[in-house]
Amino acid sequence: MSVQQAPVIPPPAGGLPPRSRARRLRSSRGAALRGWAYAAPTALFVLVFFVLPILLVGQMSVSDWPLLAGNRGFNAPDNFRDAVDNRFFWDSVVFTLTYTVIATVLLIGLGLGLALLVQESGRWKGFLRTAILVPSALGLASASLLFYALYSPQSGPISPLLEALGLVEGPVSFLGSPGAALWSTVFLIVWRFAGFYMLLLLVGLQGIPHDVFEAARMDGANRRQTFARITLPLLRPSLALCTIMCVTGSLLAFDQFYILTKGGPDNSTITVVQLIYNVAFQGQNDLGIAAALSFIVLAALVVINVVQFRAMRAPEGK
Amino acid sequence: MTPAMTQTVTPQHETPASGPAQARPRRRAPQTRIAGLALRTPYWVFTGALAVVFLFPLVWAGVASVSPQPGSNQINGWGLGNYVTLAGYQAGVWQYVANSVVVSGLTVLFTLVVSLLGGYAFARFRFPGRNVLFLVVLAILMVPYATLLIPLYVLLNSLGLQNSLLGLALVLTMFQLPFATFMMRISFESVPRELDEAALVDGCSSFGALRRVLLPAVKPGLITVGLFAFLAAWNDFVAPLILITDSAKAPLPLAVANMRQQVMGVVDYGATQAGVVVLALPCVVLFLLLQRHYVQGFMTGALKG
Repeated sequence: MSVQQAPVIPPPAGGLPPRSRARRLRSSRGAALRGWAYAAPTALFVLVFFVLPILLVGQMSVSDWPLLAGNRGFNAPDNFRDAVDNRFFWDSVVFTLTYTVIATVLLIGLGLGLALLVQESGRWKGFLRTAILVPSALGLASASLLFYALYSPQSGPISPLLEALGLVEGPVSFLGSPGAALWSTVFLIVWRFAGFYMLLLLVGLQGIPHDVFEAARMDGANRRQTFARITLPLLRPSLALCTIMCVTGSLLAFDQFYILTKGGPDNSTITVVQLIYNVAFQGQNDLGIAAALSFIVLAALVVINVVQFRAMRAPEGK
Repeated sequence: MTPAMTQTVTPQHETPASGPAQARPRRRAPQTRIAGLALRTPYWVFTGALAVVFLFPLVWAGVASVSPQPGSNQINGWGLGNYVTLAGYQAGVWQYVANSVVVSGLTVLFTLVVSLLGGYAFARFRFPGRNVLFLVVLAILMVPYATLLIPLYVLLNSLGLQNSLLGLALVLTMFQLPFATFMMRISFESVPRELDEAALVDGCSSFGALRRVLLPAVKPGLITVGLFAFLAAWNDFVAPLILITDSAKAPLPLAVANMRQQVMGVVDYGATQAGVVVLALPCVVLFLLLQRHYVQGFMTGALKG
């Protein structure tokens, strides 16, 4: 209960000590106190639901911690050994990395293409922008459920359409083979997120001053030169932001595979996060090993992001 | 054949787009105009196809949910049979919609209150630990969902918030804080300091200045934060999957996903489509109404990059 009330209490405390109204503006100690009072709800949330869980996951990763029995004491480094020995561990790492590369390349490429396509104003382009953006209002789970029906052999419209056009013979199985399942999921992700990255890059494009393009045109640069020498370098910060977000999001992919493929066919589409979920709540029911896996993922993500930051910041330092 | 088609097809697209500008092309030489149209045709076809690709799945889900198909409650003719199935599923769809509304409502409320006060603190006060706290809030973005949800599952149990919509809303609020706090800090910082200093000199308390003077000024920021919090909470799937084990307390996305595994392993796609429509409709409507604020959120988000 105390947690629920916490966001409500601080405001009155902030306005509490009315010692001397004139002095209040100048007194930095009072300002610091009031600052903390206003920041208290944020601090409380971060402490209870972020810092504490991180410490707890550290403790869990070195403890024998079955789902139902709770903490049964220190056992390091068993959990980490079991985590890496899990028969799906390396498969899931390889699959997650493959998926991340495919999704990132496609999403950033398409996002950039779409952003260039719709960047000028106009009614038709405005409509296009909205049409491409609408899917990103859907939740990832809703979108996955939608495509689950769309890809289904019973009610999906795509397979009959392709058959009617004579492009394929017999029904297409979108989720039946490992390759098909991967690419079907990638298509769903592109459909759901292309607008998101288009918008981010569009904001970046609009941040480029107009006179730069004007100057390039005066100097006789053609379209390709302008794109390669001006647009891309000046768009670098936006592209970096998109890449980091896309890599992070793809490495942590879960919803789409959980709903569309459940890790199948033949356990070929198990992502790392799905492995964590399976170890914790389905079958093995071992929170300790799941925590160890989470810890490995966290460490890997920090390393990957630091490397990305370094790689993308480097040329600016020159 | 292609040029002939070009001439007949393109004017249809051209006329609605450029009403007043129409007079100008007439003056040009006819060849260039036809050549221009011929060049533009692939563009219209391509962009039109793009729009279809992005809109088709949504339209299809809506149409398919009311059209006849075998294996569902709507075998013959058009109708709302699939929605009847959905309404009758386990605790009833209204229960799940209510769960989602409660979770989304609480998440939006908590996010708005916490980020309003937090943004005010970060933008207007200097206090020890200010930068550290702000960085820790942003660090939430860096930590994988699953890394936090496993310990949160244990933590909520020990707080007595297991299986509770309140606990779920608190967790979802935490995940919203990086964006919300950042957004509100920017919003407050873009308001001229003289505004609230004048209010303080006139005898307002700092909370009074926030409520009377600053609140109206940061309203666009609050709408953006609220919209993002709602979309995230309404659509979230992983957090309830792990934190809510009582199926009567499942929010809508989880309930619709669970519904697929019912009835002797036979999936009722009709009911799934109906579920997707119920899930997607509020998001799409809100998005179309508040598109400006949605884009605004991206502008702010991109600034930090």
